[in-house]
Amino acid sequence: MTDTRVTIAGVELKNPVMTASGTFGSGEEYSEFVDLNRLGAVVTKGVANVPWPGNPTPRVAEVYGGMLNAIGLQNPGIDVFARRDIPFLKKYDTKIVVNVCGRTAEDYIDVVERLGDEPVDLLEINISCPNVKEGGIAFGQDPKAVEKITRQVKDHARQPVIMKLSPNVTDITVMAKAAEAGGADAISLINTLTGMKIDIHKRTFVLANKTGGMSGPAIKPIAVRMVYQAANAVKLPVIGMGGIATADDAIEFLLAGATAVSVGTASFFNPCATAEIVEGIESYMKKYGIADVKELIGAVR
Amino acid sequence: MSKIKMTANVIKQDMIGPDIYSLWILAEEIEAQARAGQFLSVYTKDASRLLPRPISICEIDREAGALRLVYRIAGGGTREFAGYRAGDTVTVLGPLGNGFPEIAADRHAFLIGGGIGIPPMLELAKELNCEKTAVLGYRDAQLFLKEEFESYAKVVVAAEDGSVGTKGNVLDAIREQGLIEDTAGHLKLPAGKAVKQKPAAPVILACGPTPMLRALKAFAAEHRIECWLSLEERMACGVGACLACVCQTGGVDAHSNVHNKRICKDGPVFEAGEVEL
Repeated sequence: MTDTRVTIAGVELKNPVMTASGTFGSGEEYSEFVDLNRLGAVVTKGVANVPWPGNPTPRVAEVYGGMLNAIGLQNPGIDVFARRDIPFLKKYDTKIVVNVCGRTAEDYIDVVERLGDEPVDLLEINISCPNVKEGGIAFGQDPKAVEKITRQVKDHARQPVIMKLSPNVTDITVMAKAAEAGGADAISLINTLTGMKIDIHKRTFVLANKTGGMSGPAIKPIAVRMVYQAANAVKLPVIGMGGIATADDAIEFLLAGATAVSVGTASFFNPCATAEIVEGIESYMKKYGIADVKELIGAVR
Repeated sequence: MSKIKMTANVIKQDMIGPDIYSLWILAEEIEAQARAGQFLSVYTKDASRLLPRPISICEIDREAGALRLVYRIAGGGTREFAGYRAGDTVTVLGPLGNGFPEIAADRHAFLIGGGIGIPPMLELAKELNCEKTAVLGYRDAQLFLKEEFESYAKVVVAAEDGSVGTKGNVLDAIREQGLIEDTAGHLKLPAGKAVKQKPAAPVILACGPTPMLRALKAFAAEHRIECWLSLEERMACGVGACLACVCQTGGVDAHSNVHNKRICKDGPVFEAGEVEL
């Protein structure tokens, strides 16, 4: 019998596989391909206190081994989200992690407070989106700002708080420690790396936003390194992500120190990726006679 | 209705125009649900190219369980597809999107395609059971698919270089030949005036570059003609989750709660009045 359960801030997941915010909607579109009951958790697309229209198109571009996106956190606002998306996810036996975005500290607090009475298991605070002018990454690149927003959110949150960190910083351990100092219950990383693509024939930027966040298999080594550094810098559980497309990738993150992993861009090129990774981790455990997945967490030092 | 991801066998592939390829694949499970105006996500074998390419369905062979995709080489991914031969396999996901609406038999459908927007109009020409005129806009005299349209519809051609048909675009052809004005004219008759032979009410169904669709939307609004447009945008997931391929809408969309609809899931075909181009 293999035990795949992991615990993050007191919340037990049936397995360490989660979706990555922004790549899975609120689960409905992918429920046609994946039995959501198989997943450790569904992490929703970021939601703000009011609807956000997002950026102009083109919003995505393919790059070698990855992609750029500049969606700009389009979301329907917390009212529609709470009325429609949370009840949808409640039909499944999986944990619900709501990703929260905002332009100001008040915006984040507003959403967090309104989620207080909702059947949501964890909150993930997005202080690392590279595609919006206000909020997002502006909170995530200065350790003082990270600590402050973490504390403000914690003061108002009923559920445990995961701070989602940006890789677009000089030293990820400084940001991880800042989140810990602010009272975070967990951290997740990495968000996308800021990139750019130019169309040499049209001599323009491919993305309307000029820059976009890079994701996909090409960024995985950077993500593994940062997860390793962060996991060794703080006592908090780390949720690792960045280019995970297979169970092998996921296991690499666990070994680097992640307690759970998120699968993002892979769903775009393999709609069944999340469920396949759950199965692949179980196969790996059987192959190597590992009874408890927790034995893998941070096993490489 | 469910979307199916499958590995399909290539039946055959031909180059039918400059950088334009016709790919027939055996995909019974998708064919069984597919209709005109829908598209497939087509995956490259080159793992460095992650995202599926959205390609419209050009033709459906119900007996063979086969689908025809006609596409233009636009980069490395479509260049890979162009190399596929009979016996090769290709991974596809579909059918995606909503397709064109049903059109009543007493209507006159104007099927308007510009450039690589021409292919999806062919299956529509096959499926519609009403009077049909296809208006096809090309760059030059390399008239891919034209003869096939002639089996199902009256065909009018425009070419940008003037080498064949009307010089200019599809709207130039429509205006030059008075195609839609004639049939729309009855809309302007004073109320109650008897018309002996009432012309069939026109409906425009179109796919092509955004400037063409924008002009058709304005034309249709001016002449108060029902108009449906198939839109295109860079996509990632193809199933409505990632919010990459949005178009702007006049009103607040029920799903997004903002002035945006998802082309891959809510479209790609929209009533012209619904979208801002």
